Amino acid sequence: MIREVLKDQRGHVRAAARPPIAAAHLRKDAWWALPLTTFVVLTAFIIYSTWAALQNAHYYVAPYLSPFYSPCISKSCVHSTFGYGLPDMTFPVIGVLSPAFLILWGPGLFRLTCYYYRKAYYRSFWLAPAACAVRDVKGGYSGETRFPLIVQNFHRYAWYVAVIFIVLLTWDALLAFRFPDPRGGTQFGIGIGTLVMWINVIFLAGYTFSCHSCRHVCGGHVDVFSKTPARSSLWHVLTRLNEKHPTFAWLSLFSVGLTDLYIRLVSMGIIRDLRIL
Amino acid sequence: MPTYTMRVFRGDPGGGEFKDYRVETGEGMVVLDVIHRIQATEAPDLACRWNCKAGKCGSCSAEINGKPRLMCMTRMNLFEEGETISVAPIRTFPLIRDLVTDVSYNYEKAKQVPPLRLKPPDPDGKYRMMQEDVDRAQEFHKCIECFLCQDVCHVIRDHEEHKPKFAGPRFFIKIAGLAMHPLDTVDRTKWVGTHAGVGLCNITKCCTEVCPEHIHITDNGIIPMKERMADNVDPVVWLLRKFRGAKGKQPA
Amino acid sequence: MATVQYETHEHDVIVIGAGGAGLRAAIEAAAQGVSVGLVCKSLLGKAHTVMAEGGIAAALGNVWPEDNWQVHFRDTMKGGRMVNNWRMAQLHAQEAPERVLELERWGALFDRTKDGLISQRDFGGHRYARLAHVGDRTGLEMIRTLQYHGIHQGIDVYMECKIERLTKDGDRVSGAFGYWRNSGEFVLFKAKAVVLATGGIGKAWKITSNSWEYTGDGQSLALWAGADLIDMEFVQFHPTHMVWPPSVAGLLVTEGVRGDGGTLKNKQGERFMFNHIPDLYKGETADNIEEAERWYTDKKNNRRTPDLLPRDIVARAIRAEVKAGRGSPHGGVFLDIASRRPADYIRKRLPSMYHQFKELADVDITKEPMEVGPAQHYVMGGVRVDADSTAATVPGLFAAGEAAGGMHGSNRLGGNSLSDLLVFGRRAGLHAALYAKNLGGRLNVDAGHVQAIARETLEPFNRTAGENPYAIQADLQDTMQNLVGIIRTEEELKEALKKIEALKARARKVGGGGGRTYNPGWHTALDLKSLLTVAECCAMAALERKESRGGHTREDHPYSDDTWGTVNVVLSQRDGVTSLRREPLPKMPDELKALLQERT
Repeated sequence: MIREVLKDQRGHVRAAARPPIAAAHLRKDAWWALPLTTFVVLTAFIIYSTWAALQNAHYYVAPYLSPFYSPCISKSCVHSTFGYGLPDMTFPVIGVLSPAFLILWGPGLFRLTCYYYRKAYYRSFWLAPAACAVRDVKGGYSGETRFPLIVQNFHRYAWYVAVIFIVLLTWDALLAFRFPDPRGGTQFGIGIGTLVMWINVIFLAGYTFSCHSCRHVCGGHVDVFSKTPARSSLWHVLTRLNEKHPTFAWLSLFSVGLTDLYIRLVSMGIIRDLRIL
Repeated sequence: MPTYTMRVFRGDPGGGEFKDYRVETGEGMVVLDVIHRIQATEAPDLACRWNCKAGKCGSCSAEINGKPRLMCMTRMNLFEEGETISVAPIRTFPLIRDLVTDVSYNYEKAKQVPPLRLKPPDPDGKYRMMQEDVDRAQEFHKCIECFLCQDVCHVIRDHEEHKPKFAGPRFFIKIAGLAMHPLDTVDRTKWVGTHAGVGLCNITKCCTEVCPEHIHITDNGIIPMKERMADNVDPVVWLLRKFRGAKGKQPA
Repeated sequence: MATVQYETHEHDVIVIGAGGAGLRAAIEAAAQGVSVGLVCKSLLGKAHTVMAEGGIAAALGNVWPEDNWQVHFRDTMKGGRMVNNWRMAQLHAQEAPERVLELERWGALFDRTKDGLISQRDFGGHRYARLAHVGDRTGLEMIRTLQYHGIHQGIDVYMECKIERLTKDGDRVSGAFGYWRNSGEFVLFKAKAVVLATGGIGKAWKITSNSWEYTGDGQSLALWAGADLIDMEFVQFHPTHMVWPPSVAGLLVTEGVRGDGGTLKNKQGERFMFNHIPDLYKGETADNIEEAERWYTDKKNNRRTPDLLPRDIVARAIRAEVKAGRGSPHGGVFLDIASRRPADYIRKRLPSMYHQFKELADVDITKEPMEVGPAQHYVMGGVRVDADSTAATVPGLFAAGEAAGGMHGSNRLGGNSLSDLLVFGRRAGLHAALYAKNLGGRLNVDAGHVQAIARETLEPFNRTAGENPYAIQADLQDTMQNLVGIIRTEEELKEALKKIEALKARARKVGGGGGRTYNPGWHTALDLKSLLTVAECCAMAALERKESRGGHTREDHPYSDDTWGTVNVVLSQRDGVTSLRREPLPKMPDELKALLQERT
């Protein structure tokens, strides 16, 4: 044992080596189950959403628009979010790759830099660490101090973008009450698809407004709450929401995928949308 | 009464092994009671730290079945009767003997945190703070310094090369507590990046998982500090501060 | 015989113990510009102060503007049944508020009043809500604040180091000799002044809220160095601790539970404290439930609930209820806050209690009553000190906190301990530093003495087949629990002294297995010496005092006796033999006496 005496916490005998225990971990529980599940579910979502985005078809069936393709930003779109007069963008990106790719970067970046998803994928994909008190698989770790991971710190910009999407998707969900009237024009109605779109937008809003950056920007930056009562109460509400952030992260992931799937299947004629009203 | 096999690490940096002890337990016993029973009967020299035996001093940290926990707050009825339970020292720190490790790293880091610098008091000489102003920091003051978060943090545990510039979760909440102190005048947001290495944290939240005081280390401490750092490079915030003419704190 | 090697450190002031008193002393000494070493048996910040729950008593007057030091002084003297050192009680009451505010300036975050000031809670024996607190973890806040303030004051901290003996140069204390618990190697601290802040003696009892560290080190070091101890018969059995499950018996349940509205009940659901109000407190205690209930919100026109009588009275009442067959299933009584306060309030005000019962006993205190009973908690007696300077009767030796005696008389009020640590910790640091500055020159340490201590310390290793130290400790704990407990008799005390004598003989044959590196068996063996010393002092003093008063109750002398109310029992040791004498209490000035006469 090396004896090295510290200047001001002297005499504390400093041991040189860690406990000679070779095992990478001593856990006896199924610690691998959670990261494995996360890996499978996230991978499945990425595969499905990429496939769905590549389709460039079956994303609209009146009055429902898939969240993967909202907003419509080109004349070639089978549905118009902002009414008419959009540019007829036919350059290759859209023509070949479908407009979904012009849209998905927004919500995608929000999820990619999300504090909760970072935990989820650093654990399940990076294995850094896969579970608590389980040794990291790789050496040479630099955390979020270098490019590209340092960019994670700009999560709040992704949040600003995500808020815009909540507005757009809420608009889409409102339009989902306007069914085509066989006599021409539109009529008010509610279908299963309307409910699906509303559930999706609620989960997405829950996810977006329970965000850590949102909590900080809206009040967390304040040092003396009693001097800013409005921001203080907002922060308290967002804090309660923030505790549910992981739950909303998963619920909204499922809801956005399933909403697209539902509209896709209806549009393809595989299932029929039931009108409730 | 149920009997368990305790597989306790015995040894020093030169070498060691897990040794099995068969122990009969009584009602309500915790792992620390079992360790004391082993000391009183079979192995009087079994080294372990403890003080309060009530989850308040944070001395008896160990890894029980591979999970960082306080021995005094781990009830034996958590385990199946007849189960073999491993008790290892907190492996991130250098070993002294058996279950005792050298945690001086934490005391060195503690010294580096820039201390509180208070505003002048109110004209009547008193300091006033509202309960809502101290709630956030009070959560961090619950810390019992068991160093389980430091033990489980993979930056310290698996990437020792970062230790000189990484303070660890315990000190991130110490810094956050100072940052959220309503009367403090020191700006530690730059410091927490350059000197405490908060950027190395990849918020995988094991610190929060093992905290026996249930402090939301990541959500309420580390992430708000990361966000405060982001404020410094956010042009929107910069503009707002210019516009409001907000009085800044003095950098650490 | 081979010479034993040791390292040497030199300071002006050495503080032994790093709880509230030790840290405060070290901070103050450092502020005087002298070189300070702080030696502690555990890691820094783990001292028993962290266990303090309820609060710090200080007449800040934030909640009740009527409160002031005079009222606090009166409460303290009355709680101690008038055998307190009046000057200590006065200084304590006068200086406590400033010490609390100072903690706030150093970063402590107390719970707040609506005006943004430090909130104060009710506690037993205090006329007004007086305890500055942080939920039920005030001790933790205090030690953490002092610790983080202290590490920036240029104090050298020596952790996990146990002092075995003080050294002297002639009459004066000249240093302290001990060993590193980590390595088992020896260390000598040369110093002009030594402050003892080592806490109490609780490990001599079986059911105690004290940690392993409380082995009477400071009291023994002082006694061995020729200093006097006083009041060692006064041991506080705090009324409320967990009684079940057996492994947590003795875990403290804060008085704050009662301060915040909890009441004691026997198994018939009766609030039995109304039947146990002593004459001394009849004037200020409610004798019916209605008045007691009104008191929580209107303290001016009602008298205090008997649930908040001083600790010795409540502890004896609980014991009497249990003895009369009205106890709870596991031999305690019920402490009920669940039916009296909302769950949210309980969790907010008493988070550690909630957590502790939930995790260790599967009891939800917001839904069901707790089962509680008395346990050894504190010793009022200790090193005899000068009130103003905390100087012991040996030059160069100072003592503060639980290690010192006199401040609390025969019974300490809840909350007066943390304030005691701060007030007299500061005074000890200040006067030790002034003493060291005035002394000049250097003191000598007798190398032969040091070698003798070192050899004695290593003796257990020479007896591989010696007595098991844990067994001796357990037998002592049984002896003190059964024979020197809450209620004492002459016969039992004499038997206790006989047994202690036998245990001392066994302790001389104690063995030790293993090596010197962090060996708890060896450490336990070494702690036996001080533990047996203080146990003997306690039993001797208890045998001497033939009356009942505060934390000393004699079944064969059940009443307080005015002649005993004017003397301290003083213990000292010469050549290894402990002797005992009575000395009159310091005389209280008339203006303070007048304060005590004022209406309750």
